[in-house]
Amino acid sequence: MARTRFAADRGLVSRMLVVMFLLGLLYVVFVGALLAVNIAWQLIIIVVGGFFLIQFFASDRIALFAMHGRVVTPEEAPELHAIVDRLCAMSNTPKPKVAIADSDVPNAFATGRSQKRAVVCATTGIMRRLDAEELEGVLAHEMSHVAHHDVAVMTIASFLGVLAGFITRIAFYSEMFGGGGYNRRGRNDQNTAMIAFFVMIVSAVVYAVSFLLIRALSRYRELSADRAGALLTGRPSSLASALQKVTGAMGQIPTRDLRSAEAFNAFFFTPALAKGASLSSLFSTHPSLERRLQQLAEISRELGEGR
Amino acid sequence: MGFLDSLLGRSKPVKADLDDLFALPSAAITMQAGLGFTSSGQGSVCYKPAEGAAFARTETEVQELLDADQGPKVELTKDTYGFTWLLVRHDASDVPGLVTDLHAVNSSLQAAGFGPALLCSMVPFQHSDGRRVALVYLYKRGTFYPFAPLPGATQKRDNALEIEIQGTLASDLKVEPDLAHWFPIWGAPGL
Repeated sequence: MARTRFAADRGLVSRMLVVMFLLGLLYVVFVGALLAVNIAWQLIIIVVGGFFLIQFFASDRIALFAMHGRVVTPEEAPELHAIVDRLCAMSNTPKPKVAIADSDVPNAFATGRSQKRAVVCATTGIMRRLDAEELEGVLAHEMSHVAHHDVAVMTIASFLGVLAGFITRIAFYSEMFGGGGYNRRGRNDQNTAMIAFFVMIVSAVVYAVSFLLIRALSRYRELSADRAGALLTGRPSSLASALQKVTGAMGQIPTRDLRSAEAFNAFFFTPALAKGASLSSLFSTHPSLERRLQQLAEISRELGEGR
Repeated sequence: MGFLDSLLGRSKPVKADLDDLFALPSAAITMQAGLGFTSSGQGSVCYKPAEGAAFARTETEVQELLDADQGPKVELTKDTYGFTWLLVRHDASDVPGLVTDLHAVNSSLQAAGFGPALLCSMVPFQHSDGRRVALVYLYKRGTFYPFAPLPGATQKRDNALEIEIQGTLASDLKVEPDLAHWFPIWGAPGL
């Protein structure tokens, strides 16, 4: 069967997860190392804060650039604009920029820190696979992300994780040296090294916990966006069928595209990972398909009930 | 939407604002006196049908309610975006009666809890020289805007005419001040 040729590389998924974790850990260790060699903590705050601000204020451009998304005019993509227009009129929100990414991976994402700066982007792959109602459901999901300020919330949340590690360290740091000169003299080098090691362990644990929490937060917000989107269009079943189509087709996509798409999973409609990958649900940024379909079925039942 | 709603990700569908629809009859007079545009006596309500039996039942009730009087029956059209257009016909002179019928659709949907499903109402006007323009009422903002498609297959708007109408009607009804909300409704029934 042709499909098995493009079977998802499960190892890749776990490796990428490890890399993401290590990247974050590196960030924390880096800050710690800077502190340990007695660089002024003001400078560290400037560096850390700088990264944060860039992430926060340039998120729309970064994501669009990385996905090769192109902002399109109503003349270039009349159908897509018409759907977004109607959703905006239904929800009374300012119209976001509309972009198309030329990729066969069926996906859509929203980015931008505020409603005014928001960009909603769909890939050509998802527009080809879904019909108008399903595409509308997907775009309603993305516009709910915008309405919930999810880019800002998730950026701040990830930053809090880093900050937690940072603060832990400052606390131990001032404990070590805070007692004044006599205290510092009173300890030998070995003791200091022990404490420094202990500090590393604690901040690593803090970071690990925040890593899990941020993922849980992301899953919760995905469900919220599903819910708000389904209520906006009044058609949870269209979104459910879109989800099934998109996730079903995911496994057939060549892995090269998946790899380049992975960095931007956080605001994707469905993560660009094959379904059935051996990931515990604890680590995933999106809820399982079953969980999402279950919620949409509940909304559908509520809508069908008498007044 | 409040800060907490945003933080907890629980936005709710926006409620529809129905009352300002009744500004239409006086606007229709201004349209005729000031610009030479007359109403054809048609008007339509556009909404997104929710799935499930409850909405279907409400829809049938609305249709029966409007068909109860003599005169032409209402027409249901489904467009390519999955929205339903409910077209109501009246005498060309009876704009108040038309607006009353349109409002009956709104209030029935709202009473059944489907107010958020309302998208817009549209009343087309025609000039003797063949130009057409629609006054579109946005339920979620409670404002009107003009939509003037140019004749022909290309999807182009007569922006000059739209701006002219905006100025003429400013004292009659609330015209949407944010031009970004003047979204086109190509191929709307009756236009």
